[in-house]
Amino acid sequence: MKNPCYINGIGAVNAQGIWNDDPFAHITEISNPLTMAMQPSYKELISPAMIRRMSKGIKMGIFASQQALDEAAMDQVDAIITGTGLGCLEDSEKFLKNVLDNDEQFLTPTSFIQSTHNTVGAQIALRLGCKSYNFTYVNGATSFESALLDALMQIESKEANQVLVGGIDEIAGRTFALKQLVHEVKADGAVEKLKDSQSPGVNFGEGGTFFALNTEKRENTYAQILEVSILNKLATEEVVDFVTSFLTRNQLTLADVSAVVIGNNGDLKYDIYYTTFCTLFANQPQIFYKHLVGQSDVASAFGLAAAAFVLKKQIIPKTIQWNAIKLSELKYVLIYNQYLGKDHSLTLLRHVET
Amino acid sequence: MQNGVAITGMGIVSAIGNTVAENLNSLRNAQKGITQVDNFDTSLRDKVLVGEIKLSNDQMIEKLQLPVDNSMTRTGLLGALAAKQAIVSAQIDMVSNNYRTGLVSSTSVGGMDITEKYFYAYENNPELHRYIASHDAGVSSQHIADYIGLKGFVTTISTACSSAANAIMLGAQLIKSGRLDRVIVGGTDALSKFTLNGFNTLMILSDTYCKPFDQNRKGLNLGEAAAYLILESDEIVQKENKKVLAYLSGYGNANDAFHQTASSENGEGAYLAMKKAFNLAGLSPRDIDYVNAHGTATPNNDLSEGHALIRVFGAQVPAFSSTKAYTGHTLAAAAGIEAVYSILALQNDVIFPNLNFETPMGEFQLLPQTRLLHQSVNHVLSNSFGFGGNCSTLIFSKA
Repeated sequence: MKNPCYINGIGAVNAQGIWNDDPFAHITEISNPLTMAMQPSYKELISPAMIRRMSKGIKMGIFASQQALDEAAMDQVDAIITGTGLGCLEDSEKFLKNVLDNDEQFLTPTSFIQSTHNTVGAQIALRLGCKSYNFTYVNGATSFESALLDALMQIESKEANQVLVGGIDEIAGRTFALKQLVHEVKADGAVEKLKDSQSPGVNFGEGGTFFALNTEKRENTYAQILEVSILNKLATEEVVDFVTSFLTRNQLTLADVSAVVIGNNGDLKYDIYYTTFCTLFANQPQIFYKHLVGQSDVASAFGLAAAAFVLKKQIIPKTIQWNAIKLSELKYVLIYNQYLGKDHSLTLLRHVET
Repeated sequence: MQNGVAITGMGIVSAIGNTVAENLNSLRNAQKGITQVDNFDTSLRDKVLVGEIKLSNDQMIEKLQLPVDNSMTRTGLLGALAAKQAIVSAQIDMVSNNYRTGLVSSTSVGGMDITEKYFYAYENNPELHRYIASHDAGVSSQHIADYIGLKGFVTTISTACSSAANAIMLGAQLIKSGRLDRVIVGGTDALSKFTLNGFNTLMILSDTYCKPFDQNRKGLNLGEAAAYLILESDEIVQKENKKVLAYLSGYGNANDAFHQTASSENGEGAYLAMKKAFNLAGLSPRDIDYVNAHGTATPNNDLSEGHALIRVFGAQVPAFSSTKAYTGHTLAAAAGIEAVYSILALQNDVIFPNLNFETPMGEFQLLPQTRLLHQSVNHVLSNSFGFGGNCSTLIFSKA
């Protein structure tokens, strides 16, 4: 018998600020090509010297992970698993620029040390004194889902009872200037909300989203994670089969799904994947979230937070509903994400009676 | 799953050979692959030695028969060469969809070799734009998947120098959980100016041949490599009557939670990782015939790992060696190539020497194996430790 995997706590830092009791009530839809996260105060969590040395990715990771643990009333975990598409970009760029600009002279190690992709997971382990399993995934838009699948396997196999899992990505100057050069990110000066997107590319964001997972449910449990599926590539005409075979494997039909969470990001070329996906769920409420946090390789972690929130509250805030279908009882929520037609994932959640 | 997860194929490119056979030959004959940096310009050329693969990117592109406008970086190219070998050695037909197949790769530098070359050149060179997306670590895995014709589960792990061990571990878990039937697991990392200078600022690079577990060790030689194993479910092995090279019988990952880059003196993380691996394998330390140590030859690692080995094995530490004096420390790929060496030890009943060793360390009585040793090898333990306190142990057992 597999152990169940419950979401008992959530933490987040992104363009909307930090995770709270009513995270979708007072929102500002983003419209800038590059939207930074609203950084909270870190002084309660991190020493002033470290605040200065740490990149925002590390800080957002520490903050969001602690928030998730606090909400779940957990103080120790059996595994820390993170996902990040681009890693500790600020420090990578800083060290690389120093290498190139100074002809490999006068270098200091701090930014190199902090440039390693697993820095956030390691720093969380260090501050919790957590000597257990510690993995980091770096696989584009499925970086977070890879971490989540690993977490699910750790819990199912009884290797771990309490797991901290999260996604972190930060915006840094040069890398994003290059992304604008190839029109992956909208050009400077563009002001387009997600649903009004007209120019090539997407609006990017940054942030950290963490989940405290547990084999035991509590009064404040959000939802149960049932399954995660990842596929490196898929043609639009294969989306239907990807979804139906996933549901069949989980002994569900399309009609069993109460609502879906979609990763639309305003990309004129690739949002067709979501349109195709949504044709399967035309009679169910559809939820979107990237208009709040922007695109990033781990934005879908915030999609999971949105799904968990609606399952717990049994309401869908107007600010995140894509279509106009009225809500019935929410039992199963299915999350679909892809980026540039690659790195597809499906995540299935179930409502939990507490 | 009594014996663990079956390994049915392997492939490798390293500074001591571009095939499994070439690597075995070099290991047997104490031929190291440590030289000056030849593939790119660096002001460190006269100050450090590295384990470099003497193939240019263009030569690899030719070997792989890639189109001229491909966007693969060195990390992806090395990985494609090694992964292809592994598939051929396991006699896998990637075209048929009989089995759910995945790729779990790992890297620490991703496309850095190209990024550092063109970082400021993109605006004026539209023909280079295809490389911009290749910087991302995960793209190297996508390129490898595309090259070998894999459509399915693909992911990438990056936990610094234990990355490939963790990729192997995840692959085993995916098979055990019933999610996949077959997983290509391993890692790839190319040398770059970025990592060379990074380790140089930490002052842990040796200006001469590295000397693992030696009292007078001065640091590590960096290297580049790629290696992949094919893990297959018992069901495939039985149905297809597959030849099993060895079994992955145990694995464990733990965190030292001591310092971002340094290991604790008593090797707590390493100790915990080894303990976990033994528990899972159902083996005891007495069962191990050979330890392929992490043994980077930095003052800190070898001391910490030595203490951890003594904590686990007591007075009877089995024959052990670090093969990094042959290949250099190949970072995310290290546990991949050392998995191949561990399997070669099992297949050939041979223990490879720890080159360049002269003087025992003062802190303990640990003497690495310094000559090629022929003896029965049934179980091999391989350690890999990375930045962020990431400690991983794999145990391989004879088929």
